[in-house]
Amino acid sequence: MSTQPILELKNVHSGYGSIKALKGISLKVMPGEIVAIIGANGAGKSTTLMTICGIVKVEKGEILYQGKVINKVPPEKLPTMGLCQVPEGRRIFPRLTVMENLRLGAFYRDDTNQIMKDIQYSYEMFPILGERKSQKGGTLSGGEQQMLAIARALMTKPKVLLLDEPSLGLAPIIVQQIFDIISQINKEEGVTILLVEQNANLALQAASRGYVVETGEITLEDEAQALLSNSKIREAYLGE
Amino acid sequence: MIQEFKKVWKPYAIGMLWLLGLLWPLLGVHPDGTMTFQTTFIVWRYILAGSFVCLIIYLIKVSGSLKFIADPISRAVGNIKTTSTALPTWVWITAVLIFALIYPQFTGRYGTDVAINVLLYICLGLGLNVVVGLAGMLDLGYIAFYGVGAYTYAILNTTYGLGFWVCLPLSALTACIAGCIVGYPTLRMRGDYLAIVTLGFGEIIRIILNNWMELTNGPNGILGIKSIGIFLPVFENGFTFEHFWMKKLQLFYYFALGLAIVAAICVQRLNFSRVGRAWESIREDETAAELMGVNTFIYKLLAYAMGAIFAGLAGAFFAARMRFVSPESFTFLESAMVLCMVVLGGMGSIPGIILGVAALIALPEIFREFESYRMLIFGATMVIMMLFRPAGLIPAKRVGTRSEEKEG
Repeated sequence: MSTQPILELKNVHSGYGSIKALKGISLKVMPGEIVAIIGANGAGKSTTLMTICGIVKVEKGEILYQGKVINKVPPEKLPTMGLCQVPEGRRIFPRLTVMENLRLGAFYRDDTNQIMKDIQYSYEMFPILGERKSQKGGTLSGGEQQMLAIARALMTKPKVLLLDEPSLGLAPIIVQQIFDIISQINKEEGVTILLVEQNANLALQAASRGYVVETGEITLEDEAQALLSNSKIREAYLGE
Repeated sequence: MIQEFKKVWKPYAIGMLWLLGLLWPLLGVHPDGTMTFQTTFIVWRYILAGSFVCLIIYLIKVSGSLKFIADPISRAVGNIKTTSTALPTWVWITAVLIFALIYPQFTGRYGTDVAINVLLYICLGLGLNVVVGLAGMLDLGYIAFYGVGAYTYAILNTTYGLGFWVCLPLSALTACIAGCIVGYPTLRMRGDYLAIVTLGFGEIIRIILNNWMELTNGPNGILGIKSIGIFLPVFENGFTFEHFWMKKLQLFYYFALGLAIVAAICVQRLNFSRVGRAWESIREDETAAELMGVNTFIYKLLAYAMGAIFAGLAGAFFAARMRFVSPESFTFLESAMVLCMVVLGGMGSIPGIILGVAALIALPEIFREFESYRMLIFGATMVIMMLFRPAGLIPAKRVGTRSEEKEG
């Protein structure tokens, strides 16, 4: 594992108008890792991802991607650089077909043949999407939509995948399935993953390291296993 | 049946009373201040009787007593549907085209005039469809670009004597520039706010046309615009071209038809391109589109400018045909009308829009016999249409076979 982090946040502040959501977030993601950010509602987890993607503007601090500052890079340029987000609540395009959703993932690419191969590959990875390729995205079930959102993001050929609450509103069995897929993407494709989750138990089991966010600040940072056995964490986030 | 009637009689009675309340101020209060009830009651009684008969027939149908008539009818409708979908699209297109080509041979001046209007609004509707149907931006000031196109031709023609063919692309260009200027600040808004701001800018353009006396001659409008000039081959003394002014209404008709066809082809091509896909992603979820690498601002501006170009083309033609322009032709009501056509026909669907335009232009003409009630009937027809076909007359199809996807 190289020593230079692929994604690094240095004392990042951001917010919505006068409301400061992030008050100095610093974190590092090494290439090939799965890193989990856990925290309660409104702690600033999703804002962290939205700030990395440039949807929420950085007020202070630096975001480095592959050693380059990306604070001022417009959001639509990031997928071309290999940084892609699966947003919270899936946000697939409901009135477009599964196929069109996937094609939009490859929007910046113009190698049609390779795109077609990649779409076929996503159908192999998610057979259910292959079965429903001409169905509208909005008619899929929650789990299928989450798979579509992940498949769509993978179409951008990301080096780093940001996942926002992949378990949101899904049945436990589906959640397990999604997390298996996440591990698979990480191991087989070598995609670095930064995961935001409320389901701390699952997230920490999948991740190698974890950060705990409280009211816009990182309060704890450790190996995932260590966090799982930390008594404070167990009390606050694992309900024990 | 009695059971069914018990369920509906209350809302029906309330509805009829409401209608009475609506009709009386319209029919019972006279301009000289007197009030009567007689005419209101007569009209109301007719409507009551008519709707009651409809209600009873509907109830009988629901209770299943009409099976012996309803079944063959529904079977016949089903048959028509399957045969019509079995026909390939090109058959429909050729049929419509042939009808459009021979249409002016069968109708008089009035019929052709209405048809030219229909074609002009098809061009406008298709342009607005790019903005509203594809990119999902509610634009209430669309007609302003139609005005910009019309005034561009009017001013260039009356001041500099430029011909129609030179001015047609220029009109499209100025409308496009106007679209970019208006779009640049407004397209940062979303949803309702965008609607309000476009409404405002639409009105601003109209008021500029109204008040800039030196350039636009204000509310008096610009008179004496030349018609479309065409070169026709003449075979006397060898082969030469002679310049004619288009005067015959049929020529205008064919020109408008050409314009509408070009617009339809352009919108179709755009819809099934990479650009079209970007627009639809913006309509569906702007943030997600941005995260997937779509430069939403540029694509929104492009949609707005494309819409304006079609409006500009239609505007130049409008000026050439009327040979007179005034700000009154470009009011908010026109914007609303075009929007109605797009929504009624089916957003994003080209055949839908064509049908929607035809319906909205033709209906008021057909209802002319009803004189002052025609707008009331027109409104009622709209309500009924939207009740039974909420996604539009011909909703946009989503079958997931864009041109390049068939290979995959």
